[in-house]
Amino acid sequence: MSLVVYYSSATGNTHNFVERLSVRALRIERKGEPLILNEPYVLVIPTYADNEGGGAVPKAVIHFLNHVGNRALIRAVVAGGNRNFGKMYALSGAVVARKCSVPCLYCFELRGTDDDVCRVRLRLNKFWKQQC
Amino acid sequence: MNTMLHIANPICAINWNRMEDEKDLEVWNRLTTNFWLPEKVPLSNDIPSWATLIRDEQQLTIRVFTGLTLLDTLQNTMGAISMLKDAETQHEEAVLTNIAFMEAVHARSYSSIFSTLCLTPDVDDAYRWSLENEYLQKKAASIIKYYKGNDPMKKKVASVFLESFLFYSGFYLPMYWSSHAKLTNTADLIRLIIRDEAVHGYYIGYKFQKKLQKQAAAEQRDVRDFAVSFLLDLYEIESKYTESLYDTVGLSEDVKMFLHYNANKALMNLGFDALFPSDICAVNPAILSALSPTSDENHDFFSGSGSSYVIGKAVATTDGDWEF
Repeated sequence: MSLVVYYSSATGNTHNFVERLSVRALRIERKGEPLILNEPYVLVIPTYADNEGGGAVPKAVIHFLNHVGNRALIRAVVAGGNRNFGKMYALSGAVVARKCSVPCLYCFELRGTDDDVCRVRLRLNKFWKQQC
Repeated sequence: MNTMLHIANPICAINWNRMEDEKDLEVWNRLTTNFWLPEKVPLSNDIPSWATLIRDEQQLTIRVFTGLTLLDTLQNTMGAISMLKDAETQHEEAVLTNIAFMEAVHARSYSSIFSTLCLTPDVDDAYRWSLENEYLQKKAASIIKYYKGNDPMKKKVASVFLESFLFYSGFYLPMYWSSHAKLTNTADLIRLIIRDEAVHGYYIGYKFQKKLQKQAAAEQRDVRDFAVSFLLDLYEIESKYTESLYDTVGLSEDVKMFLHYNANKALMNLGFDALFPSDICAVNPAILSALSPTSDENHDFFSGSGSSYVIGKAVATTDGDWEF
């Protein structure tokens, strides 16, 4: 269990965060074969909102979630962002949570501190136990 | 007949339809849609609030904003421009010139605040103070040293530290006032600056990481060691600068928490791990929520404040393919 699916842009912030979680993880790529899931997962994504909140969820993640099978298997979301963006901080987590009716478990800034990593690891464990 | 001339080193017209680095277009779009001017913010609504500050608090506020103006001036006239010749794409050059211009807008904004709220002699005093404050001058000089140098990596490190770390001893104060329901329109303007600085630090940090990845492991280690020791040097100066400003109002220790937190974020923008442990990054929750108010923020309708009220309201994502 405990699969993480994530998206990370060229800065690699989210990739770095997920790597430090040390969990089984699959990356959504912008190009190439689309990723098709057959088991439940928690989605970890960054935020790219403009000042109106548009474009918060990366396009590649939208394409991934537009696949009905993938969407049926999402169980929760964890979002990255930067508090400097004010109300748009980690907005992608809130958007996906609302669209997919799943909880947003945690928000972290940039590549997350070690404390963020520990907390997310604990929450994921707890979350998957509750799901069983 | 061939009428084509062979020209050595021809000038290339920029082509935004052929991107070498998608990040350039992404950041260009973000920066241009974020464009704003101080005239958009109803600063005059803060006049009654300004009058409630005691003399020391007013002086502190003017000095803090003058210090921020100095850093923005530096970034406008030297920082972004010094990185132009290291750009790897023409689009990167275009983004850097946008950054340079926006820094001029930021520097100009503080003068709008001053002309709206303050008395000219008080502002003149603060400008004199900024020339004489040892720590402010020292931190500017530490950055300029690298802007004038020839090392593209060190220049980028200096720029990210200015954008993502050195501004925050100043940004603390308007967030503090805002959390006490004071100068809330001024805080709205500062939040626009804070947002821009995040994009600048992110972008320059990204370009830094791209260059770093091409270097050998030993060089990468050297650059990282340089960045960490430079950050600690700046931190020394920044702590003293903070004390010179905030000791009078008893806020220095609270400001330092905010400094540690932002120093970690500056390192993250460069692709490095956080340095300051979490127990000294415990930023006052009131400051954090002044920075990123949640959607249930109370708008002070009568002072016309609240960033979404003035700047435009948040709407849900509307991408056409975001339909289930």
